Amino acid sequence: MVGEQGGPVERLFMTSREQILGDIRRSLKRAAGQPPLFEAAPLSAPRLRIPLTDRNLSVELFGQKFENLGGKFFRVRDTLAVVPAISELLAQKSAVASNSPFLRKCGITGLPQVHAAFTDREELKAACAAADIGITSVDYALAATGTFVMLSSHNEARLVSLLPPAHIAIFPRSRILANLDELLSILPRPADQTSSMVLITGPSRTADIEQILVRGVHGPGEIYAVVVDDE
Amino acid sequence: MNAPETDIQQSLDDPRLQLAIYTATRRLIDHRAGVVSDEALPHYQDLRNEANAIKKHTIENLDYYLEQLESNVIAHGGKVVFCRTGQEAADFVLDLAKKRGVHMLVKSKSMTSEEIHFNERLEKHHLEAVETDLGEYILQLAHQRPYHIVAPALHLTRYDVADVFTKELGAENEVVIEKQTKFARGVLRQKFLEADIGVSGANFLIADSGAVVVVENEGNARLSTSAPKIHIAIAGIEKVIPRAQDLAVFLNLLGRSATGQPLTVYTSFLSGPRRATEIDGPDEFYLLLLDNGRTKLLADPEKRQSLYCIRCGACLNHCPVYRKIGGHNYPWVYSGPIGAIITPQFHGVTEETWLPFASSLCGACAEVCPVKIEIPKLLIKLREEVVEVKRRQASGDLERFAFRLFAWIATHPKIYLLLASLGSVFFPIVPRIGPLKKWDSQRTLPQPANQSFHQWWASRVGRSKGSS
Repeated sequence: MVGEQGGPVERLFMTSREQILGDIRRSLKRAAGQPPLFEAAPLSAPRLRIPLTDRNLSVELFGQKFENLGGKFFRVRDTLAVVPAISELLAQKSAVASNSPFLRKCGITGLPQVHAAFTDREELKAACAAADIGITSVDYALAATGTFVMLSSHNEARLVSLLPPAHIAIFPRSRILANLDELLSILPRPADQTSSMVLITGPSRTADIEQILVRGVHGPGEIYAVVVDDE
Repeated sequence: MNAPETDIQQSLDDPRLQLAIYTATRRLIDHRAGVVSDEALPHYQDLRNEANAIKKHTIENLDYYLEQLESNVIAHGGKVVFCRTGQEAADFVLDLAKKRGVHMLVKSKSMTSEEIHFNERLEKHHLEAVETDLGEYILQLAHQRPYHIVAPALHLTRYDVADVFTKELGAENEVVIEKQTKFARGVLRQKFLEADIGVSGANFLIADSGAVVVVENEGNARLSTSAPKIHIAIAGIEKVIPRAQDLAVFLNLLGRSATGQPLTVYTSFLSGPRRATEIDGPDEFYLLLLDNGRTKLLADPEKRQSLYCIRCGACLNHCPVYRKIGGHNYPWVYSGPIGAIITPQFHGVTEETWLPFASSLCGACAEVCPVKIEIPKLLIKLREEVVEVKRRQASGDLERFAFRLFAWIATHPKIYLLLASLGSVFFPIVPRIGPLKKWDSQRTLPQPANQSFHQWWASRVGRSKGSS
């Protein structure tokens, strides 16, 4: 399995595979390679429930759900309005931005306190670990739950939205979908595109001590959404 | 069928513990109720039926979906390792760590790893495994097992946590929960940045995508699966579901049932190592598929539904027995009603025979189970099995006693002779009455001779004396 093939460890795990699958088939009275049976235990086509909503209402619903979770929501008219909207947040802070073209378009990557254009994993990791804020776009957002959907790619690294104590996501309103079901109708198999799709619903939180809610345990405790209308 | 009474009595007599269990489960009950109501989720009952049907179909065809999962993980550059036991899973990780020169790994919460004592197995070979979920981290420091499937440190107060941090980490005595959390974040952040292996569990395995789905709130699972160079996911074979689109059913149920969240903070959908164009993520991806007794549960068509469980913990929160005796009085890492039905099936009904009886059969568990496992029905079935085993054992005891009695009689000639002469008279009726009736029904007894050996010998000696 690891590195070289056919060693003693590899042989052991091949035996385990055959034995486990064999035990399952004996218990279920199935033959090797037999296709699934549907008579006794049917499997229906996936049922996705997608509410029909006006795009404009979706933005409002997203903002409301997002703020209920403890996030701060900004809605701006166009890309030019993004930097002024968040300048207060960025004051005296260091930030790392993802490689998303939309952030460039909004003028984020040009700001003096923003480090961007990382292509090396270790450099990115070190920069994110030291930064106060991570700035990304999103691939989609879900109105029903106030969720960011991020697919790992050359535009969006995993750690920018994870290591810094604050996360700002900036995206056009066209990225807002109704809910999880709509996302799964658009991306029926997310793994075809990426090794990692993450849904982010609110700031990092825990209630492990006395069921008392605390924000910002391992991921960002502060999250901000900036939705750009004119896109 | 006796429960460990003294331990249970101790839990019942501890007002601080009773309050901790009661308030925490009450909060979880209320949070769930708010998000599964008719107004909040009108199609909740439909989702439960759909979840049950998908689980049923998958479990009935488990070998097919495991092979599909395996080929799709491989297609995305990952590797699948089938493990019969916890030892095999630990051996694989130890072997990999040795080959990569890794001495420390970070772990996110996984009941499956708790089930196989994963950390202890690694630590025996000097591979440090650091739990990074806050609750699990506290328990690891305190050397305790999880008290609850979802809220592992549910029984500890902020004062207990302060003691643990002071004693184990030399921290200042701090009882403000926010500050305790911040302190743990600082300690664990370093571990995330240093570790070369991250181990996670899996809430779902997606056959058509070769993916692992992990849900969490803290971000430690994201860090464990994204920061280190190697990601190893450990999951029971029953965690597979056919299609990514089935998540529309399961994700809508899991968070709501567990903590009352429509979606947990982070849902990670992970498949294989990072792709060529991706900037970060692991270079290697392994999925360890664990049996550890699960194939045994498949044999019984009715009881195999125990494998539908998605570990939301709702049945614990709603169980009047769990809410009084707490998690540690259950014999295994899986506590509450679900623990009561899976523990006897994994370990055998002859172990911990009291467990299926530790329920009032009120049915609250079945009512809240998001995948509609018929827990009370299975409890009754297991009770029958326990009673049957006990009955067989009891008749075995009587049989052993009978043979010991016979051995004693046979070594005392005078009594033997007396009983033998009585026996030849009473023999025709004795096996047809009392406990011997049942014994005799399955056996053919030799008919006693009309004359005993002693009688025959005496007459023979008498004859030869006379003829001489």
